Amino acid sequence: MHTTRIGSGAGFSGDRIEPAEDLLRRGDLADLVLECLGERTVALAQQRRLADPDAGYERRLPARFERLLPLATRGGVRVITNMGAANPLSAGRVTREILDKIGSRATVAVVTGDDVLAEVDLDAPAWETGRPLREHGEIVSANAYLGADAIWPALGADVVITGRVADPSLFLAPLAHRLGWDLDDVPASAAGTLVGHLLECAGQLTGGYFADPGHQDVPNLAGLGFPFADVAADGTAELAKLPGTGGVLSRATVREQLLYEITDPAAYLTPDVVLDLREVTVTEHPRGVRVAGARGKPRPDQLKVSVGYRAGSKVEAEISYVGPNAARRAALAAEVVTTRLAGVPLRAEVLGGETDCRLRVAALSHDLTLLDRVGDEVESLYTNGPAGGGGVRVHVGDVIGIASTLIPRERVRPAVTLLEAPDAPAS
Amino acid sequence: MPLLHELAHCRAGDKGNVATLSVFPYDEAQFSLLAREVTAERVRAHLAEYIDGEVVRHELPGLGALHFVCHQIVDGGVTTSLALDTHGKSLSSRLLSMEVGVGFTALTPIGDEPRASTR
Repeated sequence: MHTTRIGSGAGFSGDRIEPAEDLLRRGDLADLVLECLGERTVALAQQRRLADPDAGYERRLPARFERLLPLATRGGVRVITNMGAANPLSAGRVTREILDKIGSRATVAVVTGDDVLAEVDLDAPAWETGRPLREHGEIVSANAYLGADAIWPALGADVVITGRVADPSLFLAPLAHRLGWDLDDVPASAAGTLVGHLLECAGQLTGGYFADPGHQDVPNLAGLGFPFADVAADGTAELAKLPGTGGVLSRATVREQLLYEITDPAAYLTPDVVLDLREVTVTEHPRGVRVAGARGKPRPDQLKVSVGYRAGSKVEAEISYVGPNAARRAALAAEVVTTRLAGVPLRAEVLGGETDCRLRVAALSHDLTLLDRVGDEVESLYTNGPAGGGGVRVHVGDVIGIASTLIPRERVRPAVTLLEAPDAPAS
Repeated sequence: MPLLHELAHCRAGDKGNVATLSVFPYDEAQFSLLAREVTAERVRAHLAEYIDGEVVRHELPGLGALHFVCHQIVDGGVTTSLALDTHGKSLSSRLLSMEVGVGFTALTPIGDEPRASTR
């Protein structure tokens, strides 16, 4: 039966680069997916774009692509990534420059249309709170989770760059393209979405986020290898990692990742399909783990939208107490701070054991003066608090909150822009 | 009484202000026993400090899994949370510190056999 091999080269924005290099060098992949966009990342990126119209794509894109694209283009591996974040076109131009610099004529396709700030109904209630979106704070971004259908027209290119798309769609689209699946074929979309869901967090399938010494030992965790899947036209998939890499791929790691972040195992909503995971089978075999049995229902009529809003700033201030009676000294320090900041909504907690304690005070507000006061009160424990307080750290940072809503599909209009090599070959 | 940690492994996930906790007995034959002991009510009570809302349990015997969906995480989820662990990644380990009943005491003690495949 016809099969295709797809690899997972990043599971979040800060992920390691070497495992993807390894997959490109010796993984014999058809496609490599780099998933780098968290729930909040687009809103943070949108802030950067407001300050600089050329910015707003994933900041690590140049570092990642300068190492990966020479290998991918040499090996003929198609790369699909959501590193476009809040500015996919700018990400595409930077990628074009990187390819031109190495003399590659590989083509770049950019998927846009996820930015629906102009379309979204800000009077609609947020899922999380039930309150109208606009009441949460100044809205900075609204991005719809596009599906595999939006990526599809870009798949003729060698490098595909998107903004916000559903993570499994990054995998389903190339799988359907390679295996001749119709995206309206519900069982096929369910199978491809299952593979995407399992691979999207990269190392979390192969022993990352799993080790518990003496209970779940993971060999060579420092050299964790990332996963790939051999997917057959009938939708069954064999998950594996490269020989010699660290980590573990087992029925246990696959089952943990199968249910990761799933709020309803009978109905995982994606833009492509409603996935039912309940009858999925997970079987170990000599070369890896085989998964099958994904079921589904047709895709929803509406798309999920993540709305970013300015939630104010957050201060976090900490101080340590150690040795005999440390817990009581830390508790006394907490009492001093909360007494002096009476009426200020904050969270004060003592972390650690009986003899190694860290008082942590956190507050969220739009009032920067108030946040400074919280930090100052913790710092002043140095000379005014209990005995032996040390190691104060104070951090203040802006907070972008996220609220979710829905948008009808017909109000979202994805588009693809092709960025080809300049006519004259690079000299 | 044994801790759940001796009998099962767990992974935490987060989606907005919802936390997911999937619990897997090391010995899948113990699934029914685990299902009897680790109820939604007990999980809710054990994690009361961290969860304001409802806890819903999904039973997945074919996967040897109990999957808990915990609503209204205290502090409102990753984006605006004041907690140190804004995601709630550590909720899995907190859940494994729950004591489970006598039915489990006859199980093989830890260390007698590998707990998970480590290929």
